[in-house]
Amino acid sequence: MTRTGADPTATATTAVGPPANPWFSWAYVERNWGDISTALSQHVTLTAQAVLLALAVALPLAVLAYRLPRLAGPILGASGVLYTVPALALFAMIYPLLWDPRTTVLIGLVMYALLVLVRNILVGLRGVDRGVVEAARGTGLGPTRMLLTVELPLALPSIVTGLRLATVSTVALVTIGIIVGYGGLGQLLYRGFNSQYRAEIATATVLTLLVALVADMLLLALGRALTPWDRGRH
Amino acid sequence: MRGDDVLGSAFRWLNDPLVWQGPGGIGARTLEHLGMAGAAVLLATVVALPLGVWLGHRGRGGSWLIPLTNTTLALPTLALLMIFASSGVGFGNRPTVIALAVFAAPPILANSWTAMREVDRSVREAARGMGMSSARSLARVELPLALPLVAAGLRTASVQVVASVSLAAFVGGGGLGRFLVDGFATRRYGQVLAAAVLIAVLCLLVEALLALGQRLLTPVPLRTGRGAVARS
Repeated sequence: MTRTGADPTATATTAVGPPANPWFSWAYVERNWGDISTALSQHVTLTAQAVLLALAVALPLAVLAYRLPRLAGPILGASGVLYTVPALALFAMIYPLLWDPRTTVLIGLVMYALLVLVRNILVGLRGVDRGVVEAARGTGLGPTRMLLTVELPLALPSIVTGLRLATVSTVALVTIGIIVGYGGLGQLLYRGFNSQYRAEIATATVLTLLVALVADMLLLALGRALTPWDRGRH
Repeated sequence: MRGDDVLGSAFRWLNDPLVWQGPGGIGARTLEHLGMAGAAVLLATVVALPLGVWLGHRGRGGSWLIPLTNTTLALPTLALLMIFASSGVGFGNRPTVIALAVFAAPPILANSWTAMREVDRSVREAARGMGMSSARSLARVELPLALPLVAAGLRTASVQVVASVSLAAFVGGGGLGRFLVDGFATRRYGQVLAAAVLIAVLCLLVEALLALGQRLLTPVPLRTGRGAVARS
């Protein structure tokens, strides 16, 4: 984007013609920092809560599907059906049951993150080397300790990949919350669109991308820190 | 408003024949919805499919495709939609179709590229060894083998587009999302609930039909799961 007309001299010279409506304006950010930081923190806390809740639900579900392969089909199938339903429709279906915007968006986000996480954790668990599992069993590990000390740690790369995918798509999905008036940075997008204020739209978009990027980097670093044995392979 | 009231008014709304007919009725909005989705998928396919097939056939210079596809996950559809609607593209259905085509292109591109790359090298060399030209090998050998994965990409993109067309209503466009946005604006939550269920059913129907189509396109020995990750 080449238009960066944020300089104050532009308003002085354009006495004729439409008022300047630049896509990027630092003055906008300074004047509206209160609104921006409120939307930003709403966005970040919603994303973090949704992904953590989804992980808490996905871990036992994936372990269940791993231990009882007969359940894997139905669990993945049900979450697949859910994934096909658009977020907008899901939020609109939950809201008339709960009448609370924040809970509505949160539940919706958890449901979408769930599929990605369950799928990736299951792939990770299934990818654990059979020989390693047999060796661990040979040393006398029970099923619980096997899961906690052998299988889950070895599935970590796949789990972290799932977490990154779920987090990045959750950051984008939060904006759909504008349908119930709780969309984090999406609220700024929508307000900017309704008042045709380009700086507001562009600022909200850039901040959304930044939130996704920072979250992705943090999770990548976390994954690297948790799997020191895997470092040479990337 | 209590929950059972909402359910009751949702059924009343769905049972009203006037709601289904006319230019703003459910019938017309569904057709508009599918028309916009079709246009977006067509636009994306015309650009992305030949590019993906060509890059994959050439064998080099396509490694940026997968990172690009993952990056588009981070950009909210709504943001691009509102940027387009606030620039020269104009309000309503046009910016929606263009924005959704932008989001539909990466899965098509990535899947067709991967599909072409996964064609067995020895099969390709055998085709050339039999005296086929590069173009003939592409058309007669590589493309048929790549078809299942290409179809998987088209299916992912189409389901995603049909779901996202609902967002057009936020920028003054049509489609079934109109009932949701208008329902919220006028606090008619029965209409909101009913329209949400209609949209969900439409998406599931499209997904089921495309799954069936993909299965029919795939030769029996090649039938496996789907390729890429879906997104709404």
